[in-house]
Amino acid sequence: MDLISILSIFVLACFIGYYVVWSVTPALHTPLMSVTNAISSVIIVGALIAAMAGGIADGEAAKWLGLAAIVLASVNIFGGFAVTHRMLAMYKKKERK
Amino acid sequence: MHEAAPIPAWVALAYLAAGILFILALRGLSSPETSRAGNRFGMIGMTIAIVTTLVTHEIAGLWEILGAIAIGGSAGFVIARRIAMTAMPQLVAGFHSLVGMAAVLVAAAAYLNPGAFGITDAAGILLPVSRVEMGLGVAIGAITFSGSIIAFLKLNGNMSGAPIILPARHVINLGLLVAILGLIGWFYTVGAPRIDTPWLFWTVTGLALLIGLLLIIPIGGADMPVVISMLNSYSGWAAAAMGFTLGNTAMIITGALVGSSGAILSYIMCRAMNRSFISVIAGGFGAASGGETGEAIDRPWKRGSAEDAAFLMKQAETVIIVPGYGMAVSQAQHALREMGDMLKAEGVSVKYAIHPVAGRMPGHMNVLLAEANVPYDEVFELEDINSEFGQTDIAFVIGANDVTNPAAKTDKTSPIYGMPILDVEKAKTVLFVKRSMGGVGYAGVDNEVFYRDNTMMLLSDAKKMCEEIVKNLD
Repeated sequence: MDLISILSIFVLACFIGYYVVWSVTPALHTPLMSVTNAISSVIIVGALIAAMAGGIADGEAAKWLGLAAIVLASVNIFGGFAVTHRMLAMYKKKERK
Repeated sequence: MHEAAPIPAWVALAYLAAGILFILALRGLSSPETSRAGNRFGMIGMTIAIVTTLVTHEIAGLWEILGAIAIGGSAGFVIARRIAMTAMPQLVAGFHSLVGMAAVLVAAAAYLNPGAFGITDAAGILLPVSRVEMGLGVAIGAITFSGSIIAFLKLNGNMSGAPIILPARHVINLGLLVAILGLIGWFYTVGAPRIDTPWLFWTVTGLALLIGLLLIIPIGGADMPVVISMLNSYSGWAAAAMGFTLGNTAMIITGALVGSSGAILSYIMCRAMNRSFISVIAGGFGAASGGETGEAIDRPWKRGSAEDAAFLMKQAETVIIVPGYGMAVSQAQHALREMGDMLKAEGVSVKYAIHPVAGRMPGHMNVLLAEANVPYDEVFELEDINSEFGQTDIAFVIGANDVTNPAAKTDKTSPIYGMPILDVEKAKTVLFVKRSMGGVGYAGVDNEVFYRDNTMMLLSDAKKMCEEIVKNLD
């Protein structure tokens, strides 16, 4: 993809982010942080590519860096979604009697 | 231009779908009812992104990869299950550091093996545009990593929350920043960076690690909500920069979302403290400045007991509870909720008022109250409840201090002047739970509310006080 298309997606996504995040209720700001944490670990995509490649001499080193990054990103993905789920499960409404 | 071979359309669409699911994950958080579905969208998005990547590349060493995911995933899962809700700020800071480190590792891998990422020209030399993206990615990732480590150590109590002030730190930081940007510029221009100047990339990484450290050490405990939001934002920008390198829409959309999310939270936190972002980053707030508090302690104040508090609240019609960080420290949320329940059984209307910077991260008090089974429709934000204090019988302040200080409205010389505060002093009676009279808030200023005629100080640990009040309500 060329730089301009990528940049367009990026700028539009910033605007979407701006409006979506302002609509998040302040009571859920902590889950917002933990879930953004989880999704920013989509960086695992890059780690997977590095870990799957090989070939050149430096590819072997790159593969191990990729595997290490997969471990770190996985901690975040599983931990982030799980802790967000745990928090969100606690938010309850008043019981109507 | 970035990819050697064109990406199949379905792959591009799959990454786009992942990006949209992430948007929906954040959108869900607009209310607690939709939030759980939102979180599931996030998980589906992540699964799509990972599976798409795996099936579109030639898989060498699938077992190693699955092993790495299993190791990291189970560690993350166990941590998420065991972590105490009061420790949420340090957990999030720790997670940020992992995103930062992962970004550094991915950038380094792309630097070592650019061919695998499709970012080389015909001669196998790293593309200039990709070098800039990669340089920015590794720099932001490294800053996120080292900054988050310091934030984690401060929040976890391994390191003093007091700001560490280096002389000439602004000059040092600016110099480092200029050096990093300069080196990335140079990285852009050299012919074959891995052969001609192999040290360039690693120097950028090293300097960025250093600046992350230096940026966070001068920032004091009270400003942690801003720091943690800011690092959240950085982790997003790091992911976005790597997304540019890989030309991956899922990463770019996510990076932009997370980056703006952290930026907006930083802004909300700064506004709630009436501080500019620059002054927070400059650091030093909350350094020793308690000079005038010594004399103020001689002023007369009223002390109450748990018995008095129980009696007063039983008689009241309306009680507003104002929790702060002190409540989290003494884990008083469950005892507090029990107290609230007993008052409700007596026919008292009980509400909770939360200041945006109560606690060490945005929304921290809400999570703790939710954990203690306080229904979220009894918990109100500052703007929604502040006008009610005037018609309230009792304001019960527990573990909060600066956020109730009327000096913010009247005293132009006060460091917290202009900060929006909860008007607890307007309630008929203020019950103020505090460990001792000596301590001041993080801003190092005395609180007028302590000495007012309608205030009763309940000096005790927050949890013990709630438990005793509960006993007396029986």
